Amino acid sequence: MTTHTGRIGYRSSPGWRLGRRVAAGFLYPLGLPFLLLVIWGLASSSSTNRFFPGPVTIFEAFRETWVGPAFVDDVLPSLYRLALGIAASIVIGIAAGTLIGLFQWLRELLEPLLEFFRAIPPPVLIPVVMLLLGITDTMKVVVIVSGAVWPILLNTIDGVRATDSVMSETADSFQITWWERLRFLVLPAASPRIMTGVRQGLSVALILMVISEMFASSAGLGYRIAYFQRNYLIAEMWSGILLLGLVGVLLAATFGVVERRVLRWYHGIREVNRA
Amino acid sequence: MPDQSTLLRVEHLRKVYESTNGDVEAIGDISFTMRSGELVCIVGPSGCGKTTLLKCLAGLLRPTSGLVEMDGTPVTGPSPAMAVVFQEYGRSLYPWLTVRGNVELPLRHKRLSRPARDKLVTDAIEAVGLAHAARSHPWQLSGGMQQRVAIARAIAYQPEVLIMDEPFAAVDAQTRADLEDLVRELHTTRKISVLFVTHDIDESVYLGERVLVLSASPTWVQEDLTVDLPPERDQITTRALPRFTDLRTHVYDQIQRAKRGQTVAP
Repeated sequence: MTTHTGRIGYRSSPGWRLGRRVAAGFLYPLGLPFLLLVIWGLASSSSTNRFFPGPVTIFEAFRETWVGPAFVDDVLPSLYRLALGIAASIVIGIAAGTLIGLFQWLRELLEPLLEFFRAIPPPVLIPVVMLLLGITDTMKVVVIVSGAVWPILLNTIDGVRATDSVMSETADSFQITWWERLRFLVLPAASPRIMTGVRQGLSVALILMVISEMFASSAGLGYRIAYFQRNYLIAEMWSGILLLGLVGVLLAATFGVVERRVLRWYHGIREVNRA
Repeated sequence: MPDQSTLLRVEHLRKVYESTNGDVEAIGDISFTMRSGELVCIVGPSGCGKTTLLKCLAGLLRPTSGLVEMDGTPVTGPSPAMAVVFQEYGRSLYPWLTVRGNVELPLRHKRLSRPARDKLVTDAIEAVGLAHAARSHPWQLSGGMQQRVAIARAIAYQPEVLIMDEPFAAVDAQTRADLEDLVRELHTTRKISVLFVTHDIDESVYLGERVLVLSASPTWVQEDLTVDLPPERDQITTRALPRFTDLRTHVYDQIQRAKRGQTVAP
């Protein structure tokens, strides 16, 4: 009886439902940021603290700082290195992770070494890499990879190792070739874990992009933000942080699109199981 | 002198699992032959090593001793002459591939032209009645339909014998009846040889032309029973035949005796 009344309460008129959908799709995600902006604007208008300028000041600084040559000189090179670092991390992480996951002897051989290198915080490698490669793009990309590759590598190893035994036997019984097995069984089966690793790798990559530019560098987003800080250009500094946040959001959104495509089957199964 | 049409020959097959707590003899001594075009059911008490036997036959497990011969050639590993339909359809089909993709996968390494491969796939999917679902993913289908996909994948592979491991144990009774008729139909219309492992006595008698009754573990073939029912079978009329009842009672008795260990190994 109680379950029935509960259901009736949940089901409501079409108009109300459409209203709820619009609210959920549009107002909910944008409502809170907007509210916070208003509160921030009001709070900063009555404040005299020069380290916390109002939103309007920061937006103006944003436009003046980043729209124009700085975009080409600082932002694009940073994004280029970030993209290169992420791409290299994904390729190396998945390729090495698959091999290590497939071959037990390789796993036993490398496990202690991997644990050791993973434990090293990547920023401390910057001076060393700088000595080896100089202050170059390559050095920054290497720093990004040295941090972002780990979650991808370790998740790939786990995903590859966890290939279902019946699926493997099926592949055996039909004499599927090694490459087909990799392409149609091992990698797809590991893909949910791989994507989890990539998601973690992305945030690490963004952090390392900034840090690699804060050390000895003369251009880039991280360099600019550090420069503004040292020169008390507070609104400009905040605008740089805002831009970093936007890059992060964009990265997450792109990942979301790719993830939904790659793991469509995975989300489909989960939906079916929930129904 | 072996029969000209002998397809599968099993001689003194024995399988012992070695473990640190002592060895477990799963299969004692199994011998039987199967002719081309036969539908043979293997039935036995639970835990008698049916799946172990089947994996040895399919080349997925190496027997401890004995011989498995397919067309006169010893089976040492998985062979293109056999296709297996597993009990766990949910874990045997690949959820990231469509129905068509699943059926096509084992054909990729066969040296077939694109049109020939497409034709085999389409034909197999139609044969199991899933033409409308070819572009769906397995998880969008019911359990019975998923097992049809697994059957389509096996017949598209064009094996000489279809090995089925309790394929309908996880589907409901009505679906199971439909799938049984599908197996009968594929067997009669396409002359496919089928080795069907089951724990269901009625199913073994309804489907089979021969029923091999296995003993309790360590297993041997307790009885090799010819099912003298008419080849045209029907869920209602065949199951109502007095001969059907006789046979199932007989098999049931044999299995009860096997469970009690009242039989003596040859």
